[in-house]
Amino acid sequence: MTKQQANWSPYDNNGGSCVAIAGADYCVIAADTRMSTGYNILTREYSKICKLADKCVMASSGFQADVKALQKNLAARHLIYQHQHNKQMSCPAMAQLLSNTLYYKRFFPYYSFNVLGGLDNEGKGCVFTYDAVGSYEKVGYSSQGSGSTLITPFLDNQLKSPSPLLLPVQDAVTPLVEAEAIDLVKTVFASASERDIYTGDKVEIVVVNAAGIRREYMELRKD
Amino acid sequence: MASKQPENSLLGPEADSQRTLYPNVTGTSVVALKYKDGILMAADMGGSYGSTLRYKNVERMKAIGKHSLLGASGEISDFQEILRYLDDLILYDNMWDDGNSLGPKEVHNYLTRLMYNRRNKFNPLWNSLVLGGIKNGEKYLGTVSMIGVNFEDDHVATGFGNHLARPILRQEWHENLSFEDGVRLLEKCMRVLLYRDRSAINKLQIAKITEEGMTISQPYSLKTYWEFSAFENPTQGAVGSW
Repeated sequence: MTKQQANWSPYDNNGGSCVAIAGADYCVIAADTRMSTGYNILTREYSKICKLADKCVMASSGFQADVKALQKNLAARHLIYQHQHNKQMSCPAMAQLLSNTLYYKRFFPYYSFNVLGGLDNEGKGCVFTYDAVGSYEKVGYSSQGSGSTLITPFLDNQLKSPSPLLLPVQDAVTPLVEAEAIDLVKTVFASASERDIYTGDKVEIVVVNAAGIRREYMELRKD
Repeated sequence: MASKQPENSLLGPEADSQRTLYPNVTGTSVVALKYKDGILMAADMGGSYGSTLRYKNVERMKAIGKHSLLGASGEISDFQEILRYLDDLILYDNMWDDGNSLGPKEVHNYLTRLMYNRRNKFNPLWNSLVLGGIKNGEKYLGTVSMIGVNFEDDHVATGFGNHLARPILRQEWHENLSFEDGVRLLEKCMRVLLYRDRSAINKLQIAKITEEGMTISQPYSLKTYWEFSAFENPTQGAVGSW
């Protein structure tokens, strides 16, 4: 009698795409609001974006239950940090914390594909991109999730960022202004919705700059 | 040489029988929607044992505290276990005797953590839960799956309800439904499920939760229509060898 195999999976993919773009004095973080499972849409109005600190915002796609647990974990750790240091965590500090938190579950991972965006201590935009087990890199822009293969090449072409292959290494922050970057994000999600079944319904766009954090929405295809 | 494993070890083939591998007695879809005064929820009263309809008087919706209503599909015994956990939670809340009470949002959060933590231990509670309620005028309707996936929306369903009821609700639900319209919409969904879900039975209850409290209807059945001409002589036109 062979050992019974589990007929359920602890993971599911609830789909969706995330994007973050860093500028000289701003950062745009965006994600669609569709939550799916298999070929079904569970809800059209689910936010994948979480504000972790005053100038630090995370967008995550993948398995929603793990994403939620990860967000709660980081929010709790940030609260402790504030009690101990009497200040907000900077974006680079939160970036390291996220990496460590993900690697902590290296052998039963958070199925969560994250982009972290915000302003660094000098007020310059920064974006960090992650895989599910915590390897991360500071970049000028990034996209994760089901539409990332459709979105990344478009951003490579349109953002006018210096190539990461150039020497000496140049900061990959885009020379575009805030309004141009937001416009690009809208275009990119509209395009991704055409071909990726898991991306659509609405895109939630969060902009972090010196004035603070603001949010806007744009309708996308519902099919 | 016999290997020494302690009896309560989680290793070895005996250990797997301590974890849920598959459900035994199951309930089918739950459908719920927000309406003008609160939440309406519907579920049939069947408890299936595989393909046998073993139990026909199972109440799959229960009131939780003053402000919430829980409906469950999936393993019935796990639903009963969840009710015990919630009993303790509500008791603890009541014993403070401070005028505060857990609202539907709080109960939904508790259930999400419960389901997720069991999934982390590879021993899930095999249910899909629907949690609805209203507190201080704010309506709330959410759902949690057996692996912890959770969200809230204006209308939710579990199991087959996702495939058959949600599309109807997406088309016909609107803000501020009257009680009669809400019931009519739920009955429309439940009728489609009755026709097309083989584990559904024609004995259902509809529960309502408003600021005043929770009421659950007496079990009743839906009118169905089977007089389509194609059903009258089903084999006519089907050529066979005998």
